[in-house]
Amino acid sequence: MSKANYSTKYTIGFAAAVCIVCSILVSTSAVTLRDRQEANKKLDRQKNVLVATGLIEPEGDLSRKQITDLYEEKIRPLVVDMKTGEVKEDIDPAQFDQRFAMKNEATSRRAPENPAKVQRVPNHGLVYQVMDGDGVKMIVLPVQGMGLWSTLYGYLALEADTTTIAGIAFYEHGETPGLGGEIESPGWQAKWIGRKAFDEDWEPRIRVIKGEAGEPDEDPYQVDGLTGATLTANGVTELVRFWISDEGYGRYLAKFREQERGS
Amino acid sequence: MNRKSREALLDPFFNNNPIAAQVLGICSALAVTTQMIPSVVMCAALIAVTALSNVSVSMIRNYVPASIRIIVQLTIIASLVIITDQILKAFLFDVSKQLSVFVGLIITNCIVMGRAEAFAMQNGPWRSFLDGIGNGAGYSLVLIVVGFFRELLGAGRLFGVQVFELAGEGGWYVPNGLLVLAPSAFFIIGLFIWGLRAWKPLLVEED
Repeated sequence: MSKANYSTKYTIGFAAAVCIVCSILVSTSAVTLRDRQEANKKLDRQKNVLVATGLIEPEGDLSRKQITDLYEEKIRPLVVDMKTGEVKEDIDPAQFDQRFAMKNEATSRRAPENPAKVQRVPNHGLVYQVMDGDGVKMIVLPVQGMGLWSTLYGYLALEADTTTIAGIAFYEHGETPGLGGEIESPGWQAKWIGRKAFDEDWEPRIRVIKGEAGEPDEDPYQVDGLTGATLTANGVTELVRFWISDEGYGRYLAKFREQERGS
Repeated sequence: MNRKSREALLDPFFNNNPIAAQVLGICSALAVTTQMIPSVVMCAALIAVTALSNVSVSMIRNYVPASIRIIVQLTIIASLVIITDQILKAFLFDVSKQLSVFVGLIITNCIVMGRAEAFAMQNGPWRSFLDGIGNGAGYSLVLIVVGFFRELLGAGRLFGVQVFELAGEGGWYVPNGLLVLAPSAFFIIGLFIWGLRAWKPLLVEED
């Protein structure tokens, strides 16, 4: 058992020694593992984008290389100016960290009061174009907003007409498993496919309802609700509407439509 | 292995189980046990941290000034937990995402610090190591039992593999939604403690 009466000098020296040993161990592990961790994060992001487009299954057992290859082949990431909708060629999308940009005062602005409870909008945002040969087949937008308990993070994939939904995937949330947590369920996410995000006047119209919606061609603006998770579902409605509105990616989508008509 | 070492290793399984007998570490037992894979990874992380922290604390036990021993233990435990978390993020990224903050919260898990202060400060490194493994494993035993029932009855799966065909997908099993929520872990731990005390009446407190 340790003795009670060590000198103050010894005590301070001992504490310093413990701190130095521990900090060396912690920093060594952080530095040596950083590359691997970054690679994991990048792979995870690529996988989530691919899942939203329906190109891969969420539970699929593709190797790291298969995912990266598929991503490099099909996906073209872009950074766009959220205010004008212009593509910013001078920002490298691989280096752009949207979550960081959203928090930083210099690279974001305060969002107007909105039901999705998005606090800040980044000045620039990431967009993933899904390529089919030379043409753009889909556009994938990162979306986020409050559910019931937590911020939901996901991707919304739109067809090249910018309104038909090609897929949606949530990859991070803290909702109740089995209730709001069902936004992760592939079965529910599949119900979004083929529905329309905008009405004829390009106002965001898509909505998660209570109960069951009809077939996509008869009931294009409504998605089946989640039993016991009305508040999470409302959060999903609001966050999708926010990010496709002019506050979010709306201007980029409008620019994209113009270009497609022109070409 | 002599009798005392064996006791250090095996006692925490049933006679002195950290969750069921000492009622420590309940918080993470509720949080991470909805599925087997995160439960098992959490157990491995906790066993590693308890064993290594016990060894480290035991090695310096004769040099630590008593006035700062708790904070020294905490520094060692916190460093080990951060390293464990870094390793999980590098090698088991998907599971580490599911475990999220709970790996970091091993720091506050009463088992780790409790064993460092109650056992490793009085015993040699080897026996402390065994005590760490034993207590980590005792904790794991409960987590795995809880995780088994929660995943099987709550989602009809084990280790992510569908065991019962779900009614929603054309099968026969209607999953019990209660079991995916945290309170169900309380019920299972309660039943576990009941069973253990019925089997080992020595654990029952006198009125």
